[in-house]
Amino acid sequence: MSGIEDLKKTIKAWEDRALKNATEKLPNLNKGFTNLSNMEIDALYTPIDIEDLDYRSDLGFPGEFPFTRGIYPTMYRGRLWTMRQFAGFGSAEDTNKRFKYLLERGQTGLSVAFDMPTLMGLDSDHPMSAGEVGKCGVAVSSLEDMEVLFDGIPLDKVSTSMTINGPAAIIFAMYIVAAEKKGFPLKSLDGTIQNDILKEYIAQKEWLFPPGPSMRLITDSIEYSAENLPKWHPISISGYHIREAGSTALQELAFTISDGLTYVEACTETGLKIDEFAPALSFFFNIHNDFFEEIAKLRAARRIWAREIKRRYDPKDPRSLMRRCQAQTAGCSLTAQQPYNNVIRTTIQALAAVIGGVQSLHTNSMDETLALPTEGAVKIALRTQKIIAHESGVIKTVDPLGGSYDLEALTDKMEEGVYEYLRKIDEMGGMVKAIERGFPQREILDAALRYQREIDKKERVIVGMNEYQEEAGEPIDILRIDPVIELRQHKRLTALKQRRDNSRVSMLLNKLKEAARGEGNLMPLIIDAVRGYATLGEISDALKEIFGEYREPSFI
Amino acid sequence: MKRPDKVKSGKIRALIGKVGLDGHDRGVKVVATALRDAGIEVIYTGLHQTPEQIVGAAIQEDVDAIGISVLSGAHNTLFVKILDLLRVKGASDIVLFGGGIIPYEDVAFLKEKGVRELFTPGAGLKEIVDFVKGIKDSQVSGVKSQESGVRVKKLTHDL
Repeated sequence: MSGIEDLKKTIKAWEDRALKNATEKLPNLNKGFTNLSNMEIDALYTPIDIEDLDYRSDLGFPGEFPFTRGIYPTMYRGRLWTMRQFAGFGSAEDTNKRFKYLLERGQTGLSVAFDMPTLMGLDSDHPMSAGEVGKCGVAVSSLEDMEVLFDGIPLDKVSTSMTINGPAAIIFAMYIVAAEKKGFPLKSLDGTIQNDILKEYIAQKEWLFPPGPSMRLITDSIEYSAENLPKWHPISISGYHIREAGSTALQELAFTISDGLTYVEACTETGLKIDEFAPALSFFFNIHNDFFEEIAKLRAARRIWAREIKRRYDPKDPRSLMRRCQAQTAGCSLTAQQPYNNVIRTTIQALAAVIGGVQSLHTNSMDETLALPTEGAVKIALRTQKIIAHESGVIKTVDPLGGSYDLEALTDKMEEGVYEYLRKIDEMGGMVKAIERGFPQREILDAALRYQREIDKKERVIVGMNEYQEEAGEPIDILRIDPVIELRQHKRLTALKQRRDNSRVSMLLNKLKEAARGEGNLMPLIIDAVRGYATLGEISDALKEIFGEYREPSFI
Repeated sequence: MKRPDKVKSGKIRALIGKVGLDGHDRGVKVVATALRDAGIEVIYTGLHQTPEQIVGAAIQEDVDAIGISVLSGAHNTLFVKILDLLRVKGASDIVLFGGGIIPYEDVAFLKEKGVRELFTPGAGLKEIVDFVKGIKDSQVSGVKSQESGVRVKKLTHDL
């Protein structure tokens, strides 16, 4: 009899002997244990559950195909992940000060949050910007704001991640020109622009143009980056916002992989070779409370990505197969009630991200369900990462939970679920078509509703919110944005428009429009317009004239 | 103030929407669906509406209440603008409520200005449904409408 058959018998005997006894008294122990993807979780996992797992082809070694165990051979022994706190509020001056505060306290990379007008490609003085300027991010309307934002920061040493999508090409151009004017060669610039419009249509809902021209701007910026900024990541394919919008972990992974494959296909269609751009792709995931589920998600993501890219494009450069990623703890998991509890939630999530092998991490602050974080709250969030890195001991071993029956079974299950979604999306004609039909949007809404109802019925306990409640909220200090900032931004824009060479700006915008009608790469023309101090809103408007604007088909 | 030209239906009608540039629509969609399931007639505006569009649609649709979600921090500007417009248009009988990431002091400020209720993170769906069901207690009921459900109102505006 084979070892496995023997083991199956032993397990059966244990089930009859011990488990039956225990569950006869408490039948509820048999069911109802689900993770946040609503997968039924067993009480015990054994070698039987991973019977089909082939160590070499399914797990392999860190730094080698299929990268399940990690993308680098020594992972955090060689280098810790980048500790990168998302920050941005008020004016460029305010955020520049916060950046310097974070760098002085051991942060190793920057991450810029832009305000709503900037995310929508509008200037601070647009009527729709009223009340929004500098509120949930920093206001950047022109190259001038960008220059102030990075004043005194060594852009050749600090890497910068920018959460910008609809107008990503324009903001990227502003960063390039600002760095150039400060004397940093383009080759030395390291960072990321999010530049992921598909997840905007699916979840975050900050867009400018329809899918066609949006995809063009994305492939243009990827191509420009590949040629001129070898260290730059011109896209960060993001599941984060999909999860925040209410998806399960499985949906987050499936839709993100599908988006990623869509971008890769679009790039190869423009004539780029896979190895020219795939090594620069990066991903961005959300890390929620269910510890093992999140680790399984990160491992499955690496394996699926490597397998799919290999199968579809067979790259020569192994870096094209590596799914490198940024992670952020889940904002949607935090509670406004008893906000100090959020420090603990964030710690559990950050630990899962590290054990899951991420390349950079943002830890949320405890006060973010109330407002943007205060300096003190950000410091605790950053220190959480430092404690994991230096005190918890988890960094010593690569993929330390690899081989766990539970985790490997979950990783497989996650992978199966993703392939099921990929098949469905393929049948719809790809992700863009699926979005137009509202498929991912509906899946997410259903999951969000289910989750909220589970909380309302206390089927899921959220400490301090639906159980262990306290009467009075504990007031904590929160960050207030001075409304005067909006006025100051208006004045700065007015002054800029008086100072610059306006006939040159018109000429540059006309040239851009002309090019937008054609087929060439638009990045050089956007860069020229930015250099002439055309504003974000002016460049967006010029492109909207040619490309049109996206209108959401509403799904509810 | 009453608008005599409007016929009030027996069912509660609520315009639920997003105002301003904020795209976070998880909460608003979950709430709109829960209200619909509770038998309330819901008109969902979609994203990126101006206060003018919200108030115009609310009057045109003869709703009992407007529910607005703002997570971008622009709540003080946008809720107050909607209240002002309702007043100008003589439609202050429409109840304004909302939700989002709104600090405690701002909740107090906005309620003082005339926002009836604000639901912040952690509020349960039942709490919100009960609130909306309660708003009509003081109002006259009339003709029953034939169906309930969410209609998606197509509003367009130029950015």
